[in-house]
Amino acid sequence: MVEVRLRPGIADPQGATIERALPALGFFGVQGVRVGKAIRFSVEAADAAQATAQAQKMADRLLANPVIEDAEIRVLDAATP
Amino acid sequence: MSARIGVVVFPGSNCEHDVVRALAVVGGADAELVWHGATELPGLDAVVLPGGFAHGDYLRPGALARFSPVMEAVARFAAEGGPVVGICNGFQVLTEAGLLPGALQKNAGLRFLCTTTRVVVCTSRSVVTAEVAPGTELDIPINHFEGNYTCDAETLARLRTEDRIVLRYRDNPNGSVDDIAGVCNEAGNVVGLMPHPERACDRLTGASDGEGLLLSLVASASRVISRPG
Repeated sequence: MVEVRLRPGIADPQGATIERALPALGFFGVQGVRVGKAIRFSVEAADAAQATAQAQKMADRLLANPVIEDAEIRVLDAATP
Repeated sequence: MSARIGVVVFPGSNCEHDVVRALAVVGGADAELVWHGATELPGLDAVVLPGGFAHGDYLRPGALARFSPVMEAVARFAAEGGPVVGICNGFQVLTEAGLLPGALQKNAGLRFLCTTTRVVVCTSRSVVTAEVAPGTELDIPINHFEGNYTCDAETLARLRTEDRIVLRYRDNPNGSVDDIAGVCNEAGNVVGLMPHPERACDRLTGASDGEGLLLSLVASASRVISRPG
């Protein structure tokens, strides 16, 4: 899974809107809401490290915009050989 | 001989015919559509990336369009000093492609904006403002959800000192940093702007403030672009 997040310091209009909406529903004390994307896929790779490396390249080229976003990669279910 | 200007059509572009017509009617340009699969831009004097939703805006606006075959040709054309203008979605494509700095985020307030905005021309050194005096105020429509220009402090400082902020909003509608409505590259030949000058170029419809920008582009296409240094 590649989690794409806005970089720290980049304004998040979606997060701000959610944060403003929550008190109206009775959820108080919520701060720092940030909205990102979770992109899940399976990939053929020899091991988790290789899968991570492939996902990192995908994130760098397409999945995230490095100007405003960071990507965190997690291997959820390491493939067995 | 009139300037030949190519208007790129991505799957999902929707302003290409307006731009072709506006360039022809206002500037007498020989404007034509160029499919995004083209790998060469033979004989063109300028290129416009029009508004719309290229590749459905999936993932991020412009994220997939930047990999369309035509973009390599556009990058080469830009590097040679050829005028390249991205309007709205075209601006988003140019930032994703790295031909312009920064990025366009969702509007502050999360509203799709479809309204006429007043913008101030900040410099004459871009290909869309070459014929317009700095300080000129223009009423030009915007039509976008992701026009909130964002860049880091270092980039913003460079844009300011290098005189690369092309247009600023009078009343910032979308949260853009420093009220930015349009920026250009170092040489001024690559420009991105969120307002749609092609929708403000016909007195019959009560809006003609976009004419100066279109005429500047046609004039820029008609001469060799001088580069700094």
